[in-house]
Amino acid sequence: MLQQIEGSQAVARAVACCRPEVVCAYPISPQTHIIEAIGVLVRTGELAPCEFINVESEFAAMSVSIGASATGARAYTATASQGLLYMMEAVHNASGLELPIVMTLANRAIGAPINIWNDHSDAMAASDAGWIQLFAETNQEAVDLHVLAFRLAEELSLPVMVCMDGFVLTHAVEQVDLPEQGRVDAFLPPYAPHQFLDPADPVSIGAMVGPEAFEEVKVLAHLRQLDALDRIPELAAEFEEIFGRPSAGLVGTYRTEGADTIVVALGSVLGTIKDAVDERRRAGQRVGVVGITTFRPFPTSEVRSALAGARQVVVIEKAFRAGGGGVLSGDVTLAVQDSDVGVHTVVAGLGGRPITRRGVESVLGSAARGELEPLSFLDLDNAVIEHERARVLSASSPGPDGTATVRRRPPPVASPVGEAP
Amino acid sequence: MTTTPVHFYQVGSYAAGNRLVGEGDRTVQSGAGRTNALDSGHRACQGCGEALGARYVLDAAMRSCDGQLMAVNATGCLEVFSTPFPETSWRIPWLHSLFGNAPPVATGVSAALRVKGRTDVRVVAQAGDGGTVDIGLACLSGLFERDDDVLFVCYDNEAYMNTGVQRSGATPPAARTATTEAVGDSPGNPFGQGKDLPRIAMAHDIPYVATATVADLHDLEAKVERAMEIRGARYLHVLVPCPLGWGSAPSDTIELARLAQETGIFPVFEARDGSVTSVSPIRCRQPVEAYLSRQRRYAHLFTDPPRQDVIDHIQAIADRNIARYGLVGSDAPATDGEH
Repeated sequence: MLQQIEGSQAVARAVACCRPEVVCAYPISPQTHIIEAIGVLVRTGELAPCEFINVESEFAAMSVSIGASATGARAYTATASQGLLYMMEAVHNASGLELPIVMTLANRAIGAPINIWNDHSDAMAASDAGWIQLFAETNQEAVDLHVLAFRLAEELSLPVMVCMDGFVLTHAVEQVDLPEQGRVDAFLPPYAPHQFLDPADPVSIGAMVGPEAFEEVKVLAHLRQLDALDRIPELAAEFEEIFGRPSAGLVGTYRTEGADTIVVALGSVLGTIKDAVDERRRAGQRVGVVGITTFRPFPTSEVRSALAGARQVVVIEKAFRAGGGGVLSGDVTLAVQDSDVGVHTVVAGLGGRPITRRGVESVLGSAARGELEPLSFLDLDNAVIEHERARVLSASSPGPDGTATVRRRPPPVASPVGEAP
Repeated sequence: MTTTPVHFYQVGSYAAGNRLVGEGDRTVQSGAGRTNALDSGHRACQGCGEALGARYVLDAAMRSCDGQLMAVNATGCLEVFSTPFPETSWRIPWLHSLFGNAPPVATGVSAALRVKGRTDVRVVAQAGDGGTVDIGLACLSGLFERDDDVLFVCYDNEAYMNTGVQRSGATPPAARTATTEAVGDSPGNPFGQGKDLPRIAMAHDIPYVATATVADLHDLEAKVERAMEIRGARYLHVLVPCPLGWGSAPSDTIELARLAQETGIFPVFEARDGSVTSVSPIRCRQPVEAYLSRQRRYAHLFTDPPRQDVIDHIQAIADRNIARYGLVGSDAPATDGEH
């Protein structure tokens, strides 16, 4: 059913069609519209039976989901940014206990400085948490991935995080083909847990495991994650059969045939990148795009295949590790380690800074000229960086001076692709 | 079976032994039908008050709901000593997630049962004092204000015993812990700190709050049974002496719990909807020295000369408890500890 609808409302409707039995959340921008909409659906009885629980923190929201899931109920929650960090202990616990909770992450930057806008630093902070992480490029993908997520989570007994860019997707009104209840029911059977709390068959869940078995538990979880790499394409095919439209799977490719430069990215920025690639193709540059839908587990062999033939890879990512480099580019580098492909990391869009088609085109131009550094920052105001570095080096007391930096901000200098300071 | 009516004073211990009361009044634990929810073979220390308290609480709760019970457990001694993988002492469905999240995990279990129409199955959450008054407090307050259908039991041994006896927000003043050592001018835990969780729970106006000790197990079981008759958020705070952390003889666990009550240091009462409805009166009031001097965590108060100023301060706190809850009738002055 086609509708002009806000991304959050569309996701809420898709989640409701998945018949979650316990929905628990704590408000944080830009996730709020999703849980507000589900709250209404529960109040009106459109989503029933379902317990909608308002809690005192994200830590409690994930903990309620853990209790509900361990009792055999389908559990859903949503968060973003600081909320994900605040619940992080329980995020790891949910995967360790093998509970198939589905969570929407409305991607937002992590402070300080506090910032409510979109980037991927929250998702990257959870990339080692044992969850499956799926990234939506469009609101249609966000909707469809949620339906897929519940099925995948429950089949593998692993939690799934569906990442959708905060504001860029959550608050964007666009055309979405909403899933019909009948088709969702055909795709997603009722939750039949492998193990749950039941007085008729008492089990102890969450025992203390010592050195004699801990490593085996962790490796088994790793192998189950890898099972998702086989299962996701199968489920995507089944999804297409039932819904009549393709679902995103492990990776997506765009104009990679004959490309000597391929851009790799996650999420909604892929749309802008594809526009830029179209432009550069018209100008004669052989460029293409690989979008990663399944970030955890990382589809190493699919990425390797998709990048085969490229001379250089440009990873544009909305997060990085200070003192290190890109996160996604680390995985991409491992995928192409046996070839002589050069991997460049372009960090872009931090804290919601717009990634424009023109900016991506300039990156591709630099790549074509062989001028792209191993690590660079798109649209960085180098004058601010240089000014502040000079002040710190000359000051007797180099402590924090963020406000003063902004106040003394020199006039902007055109520098589409900045280099690492 | 014939029974002999007796006055409890005749048994000397002030506790009603099972042999001396009618069959219907005996503890759940004394009956062959007890469920052994926390079974034998676990790894608790000798004289562990928490193992004893949990056993009584859960078996009484099991009887109250025909065995349809689930337990959520915070990280802590009770969790560690009961479930060293691949073994478990639990004969009931049992879930451990984290240290600070037993309240919302229990909320989730309760919500799942409600959505599945299994309101016959009841939920108990349990934690030590650290998991209750410190790291779990924000979550517990949330459970209280939502009035979630959970009986939350705090087994209070007054410090982080599982990690090696560090101070918690329930550690009493002057007590020595590994992080409040008995050195300096004000040895042990500072005065004026700590949280009174039963009163904080009452401030939420939840339907049932009670305190108990492992010295009066009839009372403990009765409070569990009353709590189980009620739906909504209920809080039971059980004082459980810890021989390791308190520096007491394992054989003194019951006696110390009794002295905590008889000195007024630990008031035993029941509250409904935010108001105290009954108290366990002090029948033979003891000076606080009787309680303090048997625990090495207070040994620094009994030097030569003793730290009478500190002891007097603790006595003043006990006296305030006695006045606040009316634990002693006006005609029951303090004695010198003679029975």
